[in-house]
Amino acid sequence: MEQYSITLLVLLLPLAAFLFLGLFGNRFKPLTAGLIATIEMAATTVIAYFTAFKYFTSDRLADGTFATCIPFDHVWLPFGKTLTFNMGILLDPISVMMLIVITTVSLMVHVYSLGYMKGEKGFQRYFAFLSLFTMSMLGLVVATNIFQMYLFWELVGVSSYLLIGFYYTKPSAIAASKKAFIVTRFADLGFLIGILIYGYYVGSYSFEYSVHIKAIAAAGTVIPLALGLMIIGGAGKSAMFPFHLWLPDAMEGPTPVSALIHAATMVVAGVYLIARLFPLFIGYAPDVLHIAGYVGAFTALFAAVIACVQTDIKRVLAFSTISQIGFMIVALGVSTSTDPHHGGLGYMASMFHLFTHAMFKALLFLGAGAVIHAVHSNEMKDMGGLRKYMRVTHFTFLIACLAIAGIPPFSGFFSKDEILVATFMFSPVMGYLMTFIAGLTAFYMFRLYYNIFWAKPCELKAGHDGHVHTPHEAPAVMTVPLVILAALTCVVGYIVPFGKFISSDGSAYHIHIDLKVAVTSIVVAVIGIGIARVMYRGASRKIADGLERNFGLLYRAAVKRFYIDEIYQFITHKIIFALISKPVAWFDRHVVDAFFDGLAWIAHVAAAKIKGLQSGNVQSYAVVFLWGIIAIMAALLFITFGVFWLL
Amino acid sequence: MNFLSIFVLIPSLMLLGLWAARNIKQIRAVMVTGASLLMVMAVMLAYLYVRARSAGDTSQMLFTSSMEWYKPLNICYAVGVDGISVVMLLLSAVIVFTGVFASWKMKLQTKEFFLWFSLLSMGVFGFFISIDLFTMFMFYEIALIPMYLLIGIWGTGRKEYSAMKLTLMLMGASAFLLMGILGIFFGAGGTTMNILEIAKLHIPIELQRIFFPITFLGFGVLGALFPFHTWSPDGHASAPTAVSMLHAGVLMKLGGYGCFRVAMYLMPEAATELSWIFLILTGISVVYGAFSACVQTDLKYINAYSSVSHCGLVLFAILMMTHTASTGAVLQMLSHGLITALFFALIGMIYGRTHTRDVRELRGLMKIMPFLSVGYVIAGFANLGLPGFSGFIAEMTIFVGSFENTDTFHRVWTIIATTSIVITAVYILRLVGRIIYGEVENKEYLSLTDATWDERLSVIVLVAAVAGLGCFPLWFSSIIGESTLPVITQLMSH
Amino acid sequence: MVPMQYYLLVSTFMMFVGVFGFFTRRNLLTILISVELVLNAVDINFAVFNRYLYPEHLEGMFFSVFSIGLSAVEAAVAIAIIIVVYRNLENIRVTGLNKLKD
Repeated sequence: MEQYSITLLVLLLPLAAFLFLGLFGNRFKPLTAGLIATIEMAATTVIAYFTAFKYFTSDRLADGTFATCIPFDHVWLPFGKTLTFNMGILLDPISVMMLIVITTVSLMVHVYSLGYMKGEKGFQRYFAFLSLFTMSMLGLVVATNIFQMYLFWELVGVSSYLLIGFYYTKPSAIAASKKAFIVTRFADLGFLIGILIYGYYVGSYSFEYSVHIKAIAAAGTVIPLALGLMIIGGAGKSAMFPFHLWLPDAMEGPTPVSALIHAATMVVAGVYLIARLFPLFIGYAPDVLHIAGYVGAFTALFAAVIACVQTDIKRVLAFSTISQIGFMIVALGVSTSTDPHHGGLGYMASMFHLFTHAMFKALLFLGAGAVIHAVHSNEMKDMGGLRKYMRVTHFTFLIACLAIAGIPPFSGFFSKDEILVATFMFSPVMGYLMTFIAGLTAFYMFRLYYNIFWAKPCELKAGHDGHVHTPHEAPAVMTVPLVILAALTCVVGYIVPFGKFISSDGSAYHIHIDLKVAVTSIVVAVIGIGIARVMYRGASRKIADGLERNFGLLYRAAVKRFYIDEIYQFITHKIIFALISKPVAWFDRHVVDAFFDGLAWIAHVAAAKIKGLQSGNVQSYAVVFLWGIIAIMAALLFITFGVFWLL
Repeated sequence: MNFLSIFVLIPSLMLLGLWAARNIKQIRAVMVTGASLLMVMAVMLAYLYVRARSAGDTSQMLFTSSMEWYKPLNICYAVGVDGISVVMLLLSAVIVFTGVFASWKMKLQTKEFFLWFSLLSMGVFGFFISIDLFTMFMFYEIALIPMYLLIGIWGTGRKEYSAMKLTLMLMGASAFLLMGILGIFFGAGGTTMNILEIAKLHIPIELQRIFFPITFLGFGVLGALFPFHTWSPDGHASAPTAVSMLHAGVLMKLGGYGCFRVAMYLMPEAATELSWIFLILTGISVVYGAFSACVQTDLKYINAYSSVSHCGLVLFAILMMTHTASTGAVLQMLSHGLITALFFALIGMIYGRTHTRDVRELRGLMKIMPFLSVGYVIAGFANLGLPGFSGFIAEMTIFVGSFENTDTFHRVWTIIATTSIVITAVYILRLVGRIIYGEVENKEYLSLTDATWDERLSVIVLVAAVAGLGCFPLWFSSIIGESTLPVITQLMSH
Repeated sequence: MVPMQYYLLVSTFMMFVGVFGFFTRRNLLTILISVELVLNAVDINFAVFNRYLYPEHLEGMFFSVFSIGLSAVEAAVAIAIIIVVYRNLENIRVTGLNKLKD
């Protein structure tokens, strides 16, 4: 355990950078601040790689698995006598893998941002938030217990909020950041209640299930409920239907942020959560897991269909992300045991896809960022023919597109293939469905690719100074990360023996390609690419326009993202504001408050009425006094002698 | 003299000093010295307390002392502190300190303002150190009365109305409270007013059934219990900055503290029997306050309703009657006190510049006053329970603790209460998005300046306290935890 | 000997005349006279009861003498006040004397 003490720095360095830049960032020149954050990130990356190297080269245990290490685990907040909220670091194959993914992508994004964000106001703030995000995300993956995960889960949520709303003067960015936070927070409510249930019945939040195996078994029937609720939280972060609607809007943030948070790392937190709880799911709640799988499959299809018609290139990528996360969830959802050879393949496939997806999706986003940087627009109609001007971007983007479409030998092919194999083992229907979605993926990615880099050349618009600007390649500080990620995308698929390190039961698993599935998926992908080429490569869009006309209703619905956002608007504005909050506020002012004001009013009016009695006229007091005496006397006489005496 | 009496002595000396002060400089000097001394003393008390505890002193209250005051009714000036009082004293000291700086530029009748302010602080400190029912009640009244003048004279808007409403409602509550206290006193045999001694005696259950609701209500009104919370929005909206801070930050905590220490502790049987009524009311407070806050247009109203929601959570947690939940309740008092004081301080500073608190008119403050805006965003995040700030630990402790109560009724209310964290996010983000972000619309605002050093100081102290508590909760949680235990034991033994 | 009832009738008559005057008159001096009438009626009662019911005691007589003395003092003080009031306000009607009320 001692040997991993340095891993703590993985959390502390970004935290220190965040605090330092957050407090004193404005004292530095923008570039200095950016360099501080980038150097800190590089150091963090080195430490993460060092940790991973040490971890994966350490001796395996007798049963062929890697030991789970917990170098730190301290009580942070005690709840009563037994339950505690711990903070610590847990290293096991998936958390170490996530360390690599996060630090790699984060470092690339840091470097890229130095170029992309150049000249933006709030450069220092941007890097402070990036560091905060990196710290939170790393804290999330190394969490030793579910509550620590929840804590960092909220922190990534807020850093995402801050970064989406980075352009805080833009109304759409403000609305998007708010939406992202509230939608995920609503989902997190489920997560929290799940944690409460789990913690109460199991008596611990720890991920070391083997220690608490008895308590978990005793909790029995509530475990599926708790896990189901936790999955809701996961669905919120991972933008699964019906919580997907925040992610496309989140594209309002700067593009590198979208690459880091909304493509590669934060959005896969839900997948990671399920993977983390995998033994519990398999042992106690396989049905819940399958339900999650079905939701994932539906989301994958749904998002892929929408991605086919969007015109904002970042939105296409956003829906593609949702769809790909759907793939990962499906892979987990179709698992039926922890044995990788019998029904547990999905676990490995899911993690593998997470890993490769992080690389090529970050690459796609960064490439899209370079394009946006060049043409100053997100819309496809402002692009076209860019291959001539932006060679590096074009080339790397093509690699990423091939990877996501599932063309060998790029990384996406291998991981997607494993997912399809796992799905076919679970149910052929699901398998064919996922293969079809893979085809759709190829289609919309190449639609994007052809629209940006081929098609008709974009019209060159005159700038403010009257000169016509031709789009130009991004500076080296932006293209170098693209090249590095592209290289990774090319190689990680077959050079890294992924299954050797990560599998559902921890033992080494040798990945082999199922030829039938592989060939089918390649064929489908090629067909998808072919259709896209026919429809979008040339300058005219006859076929595309014709299809749009003929399927008008479906097309419009898809463009409008099946009106889910409108439903959301309806629920928040019409129901929460108009039907609950306003009446409650009205009730408070006009009923509750009016009641107390009414009391005061009664006292006031009554006082005014009886005020007249106090005339200050002694003589009238004396009259009353006399009559009072007479009345008392009469009463006394009446009581003493009875009524008859008076008569 | 007992160490604790210093907390009453310092404000009295401040009163004397203010009386003698000739100009604004001297007034400020007196206030700063006094407030800093109080803070130092509070920290020292915490240190002494922890040292005594770690030296193995296990008695329920430390530094106790009792001085007979009025023999026929056995009224004593009895003081003593446990972990709960220690943290509440710390909270009060921080808020008095920052309150002084937040009202640094007070122009109108400065001397009188600070006189009443010091008297108010005396009441608050006195309340937290007392363990004699009558002394407690007396300090409670001392804290209450200056409020009327502070709001009525130095307030804004409909200040006379609000001051009158607040005072009348709280006075009505203290009538209940007096009844409750007398009921407890005579119910326990009429021999002692000391809380610790009454706890050892037994009040007949018939009397408890009458006096528990009365006492709980008496304190509950101050803790903004639905439907007796309506003084709070108007009162807070009209009060001057420092008074809002002290009121929402500390005075409202007197309610929760009293409910826990007096009502629940001394009448455990009735508490177990009748808590469900109040649980419903507090549950409503929590959700209702949050929903009401969503549509308000005045910054202070939003915050006042948010306070209703969060203070409701304090009472809610107390009524759950588990050890963890009551620890959470005290943490929430501490956390909400700091956060809401921060909020009111910032709102006061923004109002001082823009002369409006209307959400619809403010826009793009981040551009013109970045320091205050960042402070506001931090306060907002703390309020919605973001990890790293005190709100998170308090709410989590409460929810985990509430869940320990296995009764279905309690479970259902726990789940209802958890939804408040989402609604809180809704109104906080709506607010931040509207007033902090965006472009400046009103051109007159462009000439406004950011915070001055005195304002910065008070904001920084509060933010540091909120973040400190949120990042390192272990110490607070454990000293509170060991002090809530006796009360819970008392409740469970019946 | 004249029966006691006759004395009592006289004193009752005086008493009610006094009360009536106290209620209805607006002039301070008349009110004072009415009060004196009431007091005198009481004095008569003291003397009569003492003489008829307890002839061997003298407390009633003492008390009526004491009461007469008090009436004199009271009249002196009251008239002094009335004079001062008259000097300041040139009016001794009770309806006009409401300066303190406002």
